[in-house]
Amino acid sequence: MPTFVYMTRCDGCGQCVDICPSDIMHIDPVVRRAYNIEPNMCWECYSCVKACPHNAIDVRGYADFAPLGHSVRVRRDEEKGVIAWRIIFRNGEKDMNLLAPITTKPWGKHIPQLRDVPAPSNEQRDSQLLFNEPKYIRLDDGDLHTLKSNGLKMIAGVEGY
Amino acid sequence: MITSNPFAALSANLPLDPGVMQAYVVLMVLLVIGGTLLDVVHKKSAKYFFEKGQSLKKIAKRDVSSGEKLGLAVSTLTNEVLASSEFANPERRVSHLFTMYGFVFFVVTTAIMIFGLPVAEGEGGGLVALLWHLGAISICIGGYWFWFKIRADVRSEGHEWHDLHQSDLFVVTLLLMATFALVWSFLQAATGTTSLLSIIAFIVFIAAATTLFSTILWSKFAHMFFKPAAAFQKKVAVADGSRDKLPEIPELSSAECKERYPDIPEYMGDNPPNMGLGIKREAPTHY
Repeated sequence: MPTFVYMTRCDGCGQCVDICPSDIMHIDPVVRRAYNIEPNMCWECYSCVKACPHNAIDVRGYADFAPLGHSVRVRRDEEKGVIAWRIIFRNGEKDMNLLAPITTKPWGKHIPQLRDVPAPSNEQRDSQLLFNEPKYIRLDDGDLHTLKSNGLKMIAGVEGY
Repeated sequence: MITSNPFAALSANLPLDPGVMQAYVVLMVLLVIGGTLLDVVHKKSAKYFFEKGQSLKKIAKRDVSSGEKLGLAVSTLTNEVLASSEFANPERRVSHLFTMYGFVFFVVTTAIMIFGLPVAEGEGGGLVALLWHLGAISICIGGYWFWFKIRADVRSEGHEWHDLHQSDLFVVTLLLMATFALVWSFLQAATGTTSLLSIIAFIVFIAAATTLFSTILWSKFAHMFFKPAAAFQKKVAVADGSRDKLPEIPELSSAECKERYPDIPEYMGDNPPNMGLGIKREAPTHY
């Protein structure tokens, strides 16, 4: 089953309940700890795993994708602005530690909130473009954003798409 | 009034034989021990705990010496136990400290006062009795604050404070015990040991206490033994490098981090600032 909760580490805070996009993390009313009510519907998005302040949630990947004996665990540190993964292969020989930034600027200050942005005008509502098109896909300003157009370079070792 | 031993008045005036009270205390202790052992056996907590310990040891990167383990045990005692440092939420932590210390003082002073009986007329008061009352008051402060404001069901789930479940057994009986201990002590001093009100309060106090200590198998009582053990195991897991298969987040401005993860200084600079809280800025209220 995809995500499962270590009941001994969970304190029933509900961060995972709030963040689950499928609304399948709930609080068990008897022991008052979180649990996945519908593992079949879990997308393994890892939102709950990352949101849990006690690292009480782990994922047992679907069997056709993740072999028995593996381990993929993540720690998201908001204050440091990084996310760390640890992937342990089932042969017991490979134990990868990965670290990546998740923000380069403090939270809550630099990305405008939706409520601060003006509501769409009737013209916008009637037009065929979606919210913030064409601006966010930059068709009005050159073309789509690419690494090259922004002067960035793919770092060696990062297998890219 | 809060420096007088209420059990002394009870044994003198009701009269209630001190032997009966002492036997009751011993029975409660036995119920705690028995209930916890039963809980452990029934839920197989010990079996899983040691299995987890073994599985962590298998992926350990270094050996933890017994001297180190002793140090970790002491640190668990001083941080997780005495200072309740496992609580991330400061309100929960403070409320737990009030309740925990109140309970410890209350129970210990109860035993001291009861086993000190019989006392001479006019004696049987002082510091121990004061601590008994203060302990009960502390339980009430921490407990009622938790009950009305902090409880996850109320704060995050939107339930009413009077919406009870089996999981509330521990807190409710603890609060009833502490509240009626104080009510009984007050009524006894105000209306006398043999007054009906005083006796009713005493009966509720004893009923709550008995329920608290006898329902360990079905309540959260045993957490006070399990949590320190789990905290110690987590500390050992960090010390031996297994970290329960969780990744390590090094200090971002350290040379080791920059060497190992070159995109951190590239995107975040040499000394990344504290980014503040993101999703954790809001308390979870999922109702």
